[in-house]
Amino acid sequence: MDLKKALILTFIGLVSGTTLQAQTTKHKAAKKTNTVALKTSMDAGSKVFMEYCVTCHQADGMGVPNMNPPLAKTTYVTGDKTRLIKIVLNGFNDDVDINGERYSNTMASHDFLKDDEIADVLTYVRNSFGNKASAITPAQVKAIRAAK
Amino acid sequence: MLPVAVIAGTILLNACKSGNPNDKKGNDTTGTIATPGTNAGLKLPEGFSAAAIAEKLGGAREIAVTPQNNIYVKLNTVKDGKTVLYLTQDGDKATIKTSFGDYKGTGAYVKNGYLYASSDEEVFRYKLNDKNEVINPNQPEKIVTGLLSRNEHEAKAITLDNDGNLYVNIGAYSNACQVDDRKKGSPGQKGCPILDSAGGIWQFKADKLNQHYGDGIRYATGLRNVVGMDWNQQNNQLFVMQHGRDQLHDLFPEYFTTKQSADLPAECMYAIKKGDNAGWPYMYYDWQQNKKMLMPEYGGDGKKEGGETAINPAAAYPGHLAPNGLLFYTGSQFPEKYKNGAFIAFHGSWNRAPEPQAGYFVVFQPFKDGKPNGDYEVFADNFAGSAEKAAKGSAEHRPCGLAQGPDGSLYVTDDSQGTIYKITYK
Repeated sequence: MDLKKALILTFIGLVSGTTLQAQTTKHKAAKKTNTVALKTSMDAGSKVFMEYCVTCHQADGMGVPNMNPPLAKTTYVTGDKTRLIKIVLNGFNDDVDINGERYSNTMASHDFLKDDEIADVLTYVRNSFGNKASAITPAQVKAIRAAK
Repeated sequence: MLPVAVIAGTILLNACKSGNPNDKKGNDTTGTIATPGTNAGLKLPEGFSAAAIAEKLGGAREIAVTPQNNIYVKLNTVKDGKTVLYLTQDGDKATIKTSFGDYKGTGAYVKNGYLYASSDEEVFRYKLNDKNEVINPNQPEKIVTGLLSRNEHEAKAITLDNDGNLYVNIGAYSNACQVDDRKKGSPGQKGCPILDSAGGIWQFKADKLNQHYGDGIRYATGLRNVVGMDWNQQNNQLFVMQHGRDQLHDLFPEYFTTKQSADLPAECMYAIKKGDNAGWPYMYYDWQQNKKMLMPEYGGDGKKEGGETAINPAAAYPGHLAPNGLLFYTGSQFPEKYKNGAFIAFHGSWNRAPEPQAGYFVVFQPFKDGKPNGDYEVFADNFAGSAEKAAKGSAEHRPCGLAQGPDGSLYVTDDSQGTIYKITYK
């Protein structure tokens, strides 16, 4: 359900007025456009990742033992979107156990990133390192930032 | 003069003091690489051999070897409910005889009839019998208590001098004392308050119980984090290895490229005198220019110098290699050049990403008359398992603690898989 909603949202953002028609009449075309939207977001997210995340979480998303948590195969990344968006906005300073290992390093708040940058980078990490999860939209980030 | 050398192989770091980037004097391991599969997978200079005398112990941190050739290892993980291991040796095998303690930590040191061991907040000691065996493993004396441990640089490394003093590293719970730790754009705190209770070496009495901060002396300050430290018997002086700051590029992309951020700042060796200030967080050391530089959180830009009141390092090494073990070799088993020189266990980097990671080796730093003399050389390499694994940062083993046996053998712990290596000569 989440995936569909997110993809539609992205899709609306992209093709605006023609969305409904395309959605209803040409399902395949919509799917293709969605794939393109996901790729665009992934590409942008990859750049954000290389600038702000790679040092700690490493290029393969495996993190650093005892210090920086992995992004691969953890529900912190592939699960609840609100929790994930909040980690980026607020930072994360607690010791955390992931898959039986403990990680303790400080993650700073990255609230200086724009809504679309956060959406892109989270969409990227949710669909990299063997992960497969729904995209995150700038609107979702904006809503959580506002509710903070 | 600062001896800084070249590490050849998968990474080539420029020599700095010599000014000649092709100076490969420091690398004498070329051509003496052991056949893979022998020496427990390590590459060693000609004439040396290594054995994995114990494996799968968990997070094996500091190690102490008694005059009877028995071993204490401190774990930062729990093995069968315990965190201090006592092993005896038979040939190339060490076997756990007893284990005790329920606190994870780093420090282990044997001196004057006691085993000292640390958690991330406290230091304990255990009385030893005339065979250096712990008499009552369930009732240690608490020597120091209430030390800060806040998610970063928690390890309380320890060492003792010859005058009844205990030295404890209290690492800064911060990268560069920013208002918001590791946050881009956050400035350095004025008069960094962390230094009041961390970011230095504290001296306590080795035999006084329940000491708090107030009972100790801030022996040296301005040290971001130290794990490797040892008492130099020639100088009767404390030497420490500092872990330099992280993330110059992440936080200041306008001043530092990813390559510069991987190489800088230096990991520094300091010869400490009481009252010394090594300069963190106001400065970092640039091993390529051999200069103390103003920290960017405090107005630096990669060009402005700083740290006027900070001591100079005794030696400097490339960035982020994470020196976790320091040992002055006083044995007679190894060739003469090793006597009174320093072995340094570099745990290996993570903060060099996206550049290739490096470290995961034990380095030898020659000394003369109590001072570093000449280029360092990689002594024991390939803890990572392969050059590819080292570059990726997915090392199989990570060297951490160092100790010297009564026969002059060198012991190295690995806190990744819990291997103890014993390195011998001929």
